[in-house]
Amino acid sequence: MQTLTVALAQIAPRLGLFEENLERHHALIAEARGRGAGLIVFPELGLTGYLLQDLAAEVAIRLDDPRLTALAAETKNLSAVVSFVEESADHRLFIAAALLEDGRVRHVHRKLFLPTYGLFDERRFFAAGDLLRATPSRLGIGLGLAVCEDFWHLTVPQLLALDGAQILINVSSSPGRDLAATNEVGLGTATSWRTLMRTYAQLTTSVVIFCNRVGVDESISFWGGSEVIAPSGEAIFSAPFFEEGLFVADVPLADLRRERLTLPLLRDERPELEVRELTRIVAERAGLAPDTTADELAEAGLDVAPGDPTHPPIGFRDEAAPGARAPRQPKSPARVPR
Amino acid sequence: MTDAAALQPSKPLFELPPELAIDTDVARRVIGEFIRGQLRQAGFERTVLGLSGGIDSALVAYLVAEAIGPDRLLCVLMPYRTSSAASTDDAKEVVRRLGAASEVVDISPMVDAFFATDADASSIRRGNVMARQRMTVLYDRSVTWGGLVVGTGNKTESLIGYTTLFGDSACAFNPIGDLYKSQVRQVAAAIGVPDQIIRKAPSADLWPGQTDESEADFSYPVLDRLLYWRVDRRRTDEETAALGFDAALVARVDRLIATSEFKRQVPPIAKLGPRTAGVDYLYPRRRPGSARR
Repeated sequence: MQTLTVALAQIAPRLGLFEENLERHHALIAEARGRGAGLIVFPELGLTGYLLQDLAAEVAIRLDDPRLTALAAETKNLSAVVSFVEESADHRLFIAAALLEDGRVRHVHRKLFLPTYGLFDERRFFAAGDLLRATPSRLGIGLGLAVCEDFWHLTVPQLLALDGAQILINVSSSPGRDLAATNEVGLGTATSWRTLMRTYAQLTTSVVIFCNRVGVDESISFWGGSEVIAPSGEAIFSAPFFEEGLFVADVPLADLRRERLTLPLLRDERPELEVRELTRIVAERAGLAPDTTADELAEAGLDVAPGDPTHPPIGFRDEAAPGARAPRQPKSPARVPR
Repeated sequence: MTDAAALQPSKPLFELPPELAIDTDVARRVIGEFIRGQLRQAGFERTVLGLSGGIDSALVAYLVAEAIGPDRLLCVLMPYRTSSAASTDDAKEVVRRLGAASEVVDISPMVDAFFATDADASSIRRGNVMARQRMTVLYDRSVTWGGLVVGTGNKTESLIGYTTLFGDSACAFNPIGDLYKSQVRQVAAAIGVPDQIIRKAPSADLWPGQTDESEADFSYPVLDRLLYWRVDRRRTDEETAALGFDAALVARVDRLIATSEFKRQVPPIAKLGPRTAGVDYLYPRRRPGSARR
């Protein structure tokens, strides 16, 4: 297997200035090509800037936007991951990451998890994506795209890896915060992210590519620190914090095979077990089935407490769950005689 | 030969509660980018700030000088006739060390004229007028110097409301508003603010001998720790007590935080129309087209 040269475009997008950012994308794609890259990755909302608020609708593009088509046209024999606000046909706005390859838009991932807490307010302005799919690539290897917060949910890297991705690509606009001196690199956010990426690389035995922006939007500063992590969990490349630049790293793809043979974690995954248990948990959390792991003595309101016995869960029927503990209801639903 | 004094463990410049220790290199880096970003987005190249001789404004002057160079900074010294001469000397020393532009504006005639027919005005009123007079001077120099007014208030005084609304809190942007006083001291020591400025007791200098800690009856390290656990780490009454804080102090500080909430927010606008600024008309302050040309 060959070596993949990855270019990380750790840029500082200008807020709301689509044309200016687009021009920079064109220039960096050309530069990456000149430096022998097979894949270039831009950060989350690299074409628009992050803290858009009501500007989101003004910079949103459709997937057939000629500006995106023209950018894709620059990707002959090259793969590029770019990110922008996507407006769907029914006028929902998504934070999207697209894989551009050989002149076309090959795959689009819509951000699944929109943080709306602390300093984040994404759900107010954006719709959440509903699909998570690995994508084949001209690189001859499956890719998995994710956007920032998507990686704070365990399911995302796991599903992408199970779906065939061997390179997990996370594009981010991660604001730096928590400057406590006790942190490994002086920045709490960076410490958390570095832990996550190394863990995911190891647990999915995949290459993890993280491209995070730099620069300032209003109060918040983005910390950069883009990285490429080997399937062993070791960093192949770490970009500097806060510094703008196009950073290039060589990824020996042979390590992927070696790691997966040495540590066959993916082979040993039990997706059917997950599906079975998740089906049960989803029903129980929705009140459609009695909580089989409830503690009889736990007080109401705790996750491990039995549901409120005075209200039969909607859709629940006594005989629906063979082997399950009898529901604690005052009366069983009346049986209709045959 | 042994120098006995050199063997003495020197008294630390300031007391730093361990949980408040930050990585000052990262802080300076972030603040530098922040300052440059604010100026670029607003279309300005210069800054102006009020330099009192205290640690907060001295630190901001150093941070601005580090971020954009001292030649793009105007330090305005605005003493009142009762202001401490030592403070003015300290401010002048900062200007000298940085090589920044500076100007001294004596606010005594302006303030005295304001109270000419009101000789019995309380020290609170006088202090507020002084703070707002300084704001007026700074925003005037913002025009003549062509620079953005840089805020110099810290997180501690903002949280307890030890600040004059539309006075010392008025600014275009604030690089140190998320640093507690103890952290201001830490960054100040790292960046090279003169020791005597770091060491001296913080004071609003509104009357001779005034100090923050005597006026409000607290010590900054204790107050900073309390605010950190209360605000940043969301500790409850019980958890705060378990950390060793005096319940009366906790109650007093809680009240200061609550009663000064209005000082930290933009005033509410009565919602009437379809889109209202700050409610459902939400744009970045610096949006495309907003920069001065």
